[in-house]
Amino acid sequence: MAKMRIDATVENLDRLMDFLEEQMKGTGFSEMLVSQVKTAAEEIFVNIAHYAYSPTVGAAVVCCEVGGDPLQITVAIADEGRPYDPLTREDPDITLPAGVRPIGGLGIFMTKKLMDEVWYEYKDGKNILTLRKRSVSEERRSSL
Amino acid sequence: MKMKKEREDGKLLILLEGRLDTSTVPQLEAELKDSMEGITELVFDFAGLTYLSSAGLRLILLAQKTMSRQGSMVIKNVNSIVMEIFTITGFADILTIE
Repeated sequence: MAKMRIDATVENLDRLMDFLEEQMKGTGFSEMLVSQVKTAAEEIFVNIAHYAYSPTVGAAVVCCEVGGDPLQITVAIADEGRPYDPLTREDPDITLPAGVRPIGGLGIFMTKKLMDEVWYEYKDGKNILTLRKRSVSEERRSSL
Repeated sequence: MKMKKEREDGKLLILLEGRLDTSTVPQLEAELKDSMEGITELVFDFAGLTYLSSAGLRLILLAQKTMSRQGSMVIKNVNSIVMEIFTITGFADILTIE
């Protein structure tokens, strides 16, 4: 398992992206899947950067594990900020026309859509959001 | 992210290359703020865009709202990764994608 501890700031987003890219390099994950994992992780990390420790800055610890058959990636992102489960946030209405659509509020929704599993726990004073994505999608596996 | 713009009368073409994410959105936001006045036709060329997160979507929706009032907006050459983001968020239904 690879682990990285960084300050949760928007400026550090590139470091998180590079870290995840490195973990998935040469594993056989498609370009699409790599991008999906990075997008989901960005949404969680940026939420921490904006809200978890506001107005101060705190750390995020990212643990990443790639392996298994079928191949899967698990990314756990932890912070020690105020307790908050972003998964309790209500999903946006994605059928609204542009004129009346609220700006924002899509990040967590996208994370849930892009990943196979997303779960939250509060443990030892930490918010831990875990993302999991398999290289073979649910639909594909059920048809094999 | 690299950005290139071409303006001709009321038409503005913006070509994006790389990642439109939380770190790069302010760059495009500043550009749009400076250039939108008098624009009746806004065209985004996403041929070189490889990544889009919700921060980018937020800005695209803002641009769409503005252009619905003052003209039209079209997004061209969307790759499959970016298209998936538009599809799962319902943006594919509210944007003009060519």
